[in-house]
Amino acid sequence: MNQIARPVQNGGSTATPAFQLRLYVAGQTARSQTALANLERICETHLAGQYRIEIIDLRKTPQLAAGDQILAVPTLVRRLPEPIKKIIGDLSDEKSVLVGLDIQLART
Amino acid sequence: MRKKPIPNVAILSKSLTGIEGLDEITSGGLPAGRASLVCGAAGCGKTMLALEFLVRGATQFGEPGVFMMFEENASELCANVRSLGFDLETLQSQKKIVLDHVHIERSEIEVTGEYDLEGLFIRLGHAIDSIGAKRVVLDTVEALFAGLPNHAVLRAELRRLFRWLKDRGVTAVITGEKGDGNSITRYGLEEYVADCVIILDQRIREQISTRRLRVLKYRGTPHGMNEYPFLIGAHGFSVLPITSLQLDHEVSLERVPTGIERLDEMLGGQGVYRGSSVLISGSPGTGKSSIGARFAEAACERGEKALFFAYEESRAQIVRNMRSVGIDLEPWIKKGVLQVHSSRPTLQGLEQHLVTVHDIVRAFRPDVVVVDPISDLTMARDEAEVKPTLMRLIDFLKKEQITAVFTCLTSGGDATSAPEDSQISVSSLMDTWLMLRNIEFTGERNRTIFVRKSRGMAHSNQVREFVLSDKGMDLVDVYLGGDRVLTGSARLSQEALERAAAALRAQNHQRKLRQLAGKRQAIEAQIAALQAEAEAETEEVHFAITQETSLERTTQRNTDAMAVFRGGAGTNGSAKEPN
Repeated sequence: MNQIARPVQNGGSTATPAFQLRLYVAGQTARSQTALANLERICETHLAGQYRIEIIDLRKTPQLAAGDQILAVPTLVRRLPEPIKKIIGDLSDEKSVLVGLDIQLART
Repeated sequence: MRKKPIPNVAILSKSLTGIEGLDEITSGGLPAGRASLVCGAAGCGKTMLALEFLVRGATQFGEPGVFMMFEENASELCANVRSLGFDLETLQSQKKIVLDHVHIERSEIEVTGEYDLEGLFIRLGHAIDSIGAKRVVLDTVEALFAGLPNHAVLRAELRRLFRWLKDRGVTAVITGEKGDGNSITRYGLEEYVADCVIILDQRIREQISTRRLRVLKYRGTPHGMNEYPFLIGAHGFSVLPITSLQLDHEVSLERVPTGIERLDEMLGGQGVYRGSSVLISGSPGTGKSSIGARFAEAACERGEKALFFAYEESRAQIVRNMRSVGIDLEPWIKKGVLQVHSSRPTLQGLEQHLVTVHDIVRAFRPDVVVVDPISDLTMARDEAEVKPTLMRLIDFLKKEQITAVFTCLTSGGDATSAPEDSQISVSSLMDTWLMLRNIEFTGERNRTIFVRKSRGMAHSNQVREFVLSDKGMDLVDVYLGGDRVLTGSARLSQEALERAAAALRAQNHQRKLRQLAGKRQAIEAQIAALQAEAEAETEEVHFAITQETSLERTTQRNTDAMAVFRGGAGTNGSAKEPN
């Protein structure tokens, strides 16, 4: 991916982080900024050191939309751990994001 | 069959679909640069129509297209349409078509907060740009409603999508599932796509399903308002009318013999016009098929090609049965100038049959087509329904200058119940109508034939007896004597009777003449005898007279001699007697 790879916060381990997340956006809109900010906050809170976020701007690489079956933006895709999960929207509701990412169960 | 673009571009530019019949109904195709909605229930052919629009655009009109599917995936679609001769893989590799499968798995998706469908726009925009597409199909965009919650957002986004498509200037076909009740589509897509709405429908009657197409609305252009049957055949989608809606085919003055000499005589001496349609109707066993077969055989004998559609008998059966009336079709079949297609009329719907006929006719290009019998096609159908379809077939054949013979089984019984009236509606489509009838009399049934009508030619008003034998078929004058029409052996025996009577009369005359002659001879003999008698009498009279005269003379002489003698001896004695 030629996308801006966010700093990998994996606690120093070189192994693949447990959570590989991709955030699809369309341009630097307010909504995509919100989504990214929400995502980072949630990840830091719940997945510190276990995740990696890739941001894909479909305006720049429209050909990538088909691969993950993206229709709506923003869409967050949890590529790992499997199964693939998708969360559509600006991720403003932390609870449902955690449900969507199947994180809550892991934490409690 | 493909029409040239219709020159009304100034009014509303249209995009030819290349789909048989549809371009005629819409007079030139779908509105160019706009979106059209094709809706109908599941399985009625929405995807096929949309796909063919795209494929024809890419292959025939140089307009590449994007097919965005929401239900099937690309490989399924490719497999489904391969049987119709559409090779989507190749078209894809030639960059003429892009297939994009939009898959939404509801269970994988969580929604939190606001979103829009920009991703879809980008995806579609990318696909369009990658091949310079002019046509776009969204099949079935309504699947989004099932995949995504928050329909308010979805609706707003769809509205934006359709406007966006218009701005891009692509001609789009949106398919939509039929809604319940009165709504055209389940999610009211027609609100957004308002330029052209086409409705597809599949219905089943008498266990035979037919598909229909109707242009519900088409802004700014006249279009056919009716429901038109359509089919998905071996060559894709076709909407009847396959032929033009106008009655403008050329007519021929050339005549085609029927193969039965005396029948030709009845038809102005030369047979029927080329390209005309002939109806042969009659009750069972009147010889309809035989005339049809003879027609085909005669065409082959003339070096033409004939096509025989049989809905009641198999090919082998026809060949065998026709041989029994002196028609040998086998050599012509072997030679390839005669094709016999047998199928069960109930196998497919009427429209399907007609499309089959079209396909075969186009492939084989015959001069004569025989359909035996059309009544099987109309079986259990409304005549009102059959007539337009048949009309289209006849129009098509006329346009191709193909002479068509249709046999038709009449449902009425014999001569008593006017069976000719049972085919009134179909008959008006026909140029020539031959009627066959059975006449039952003195323990036998005999076939008669007459020309009920024949447009544009003098034709006989006579009823002829139609004789089928192993030597072929012939028409014989029926016996018209007194107030009776006699056929068959009744005719033969009547004729024999007449001959005998005539012979008898002739003998009688001879006898009378002979008698007369005899009498005359007798009279003449009598005359001769009388004459002879008269002569004899005359002779006798003459003889007597002669005798008497001579006696008298002799007496005189004697007297004189006596006197002389007396005067000598006693001179003066008596001489001196006083006187």
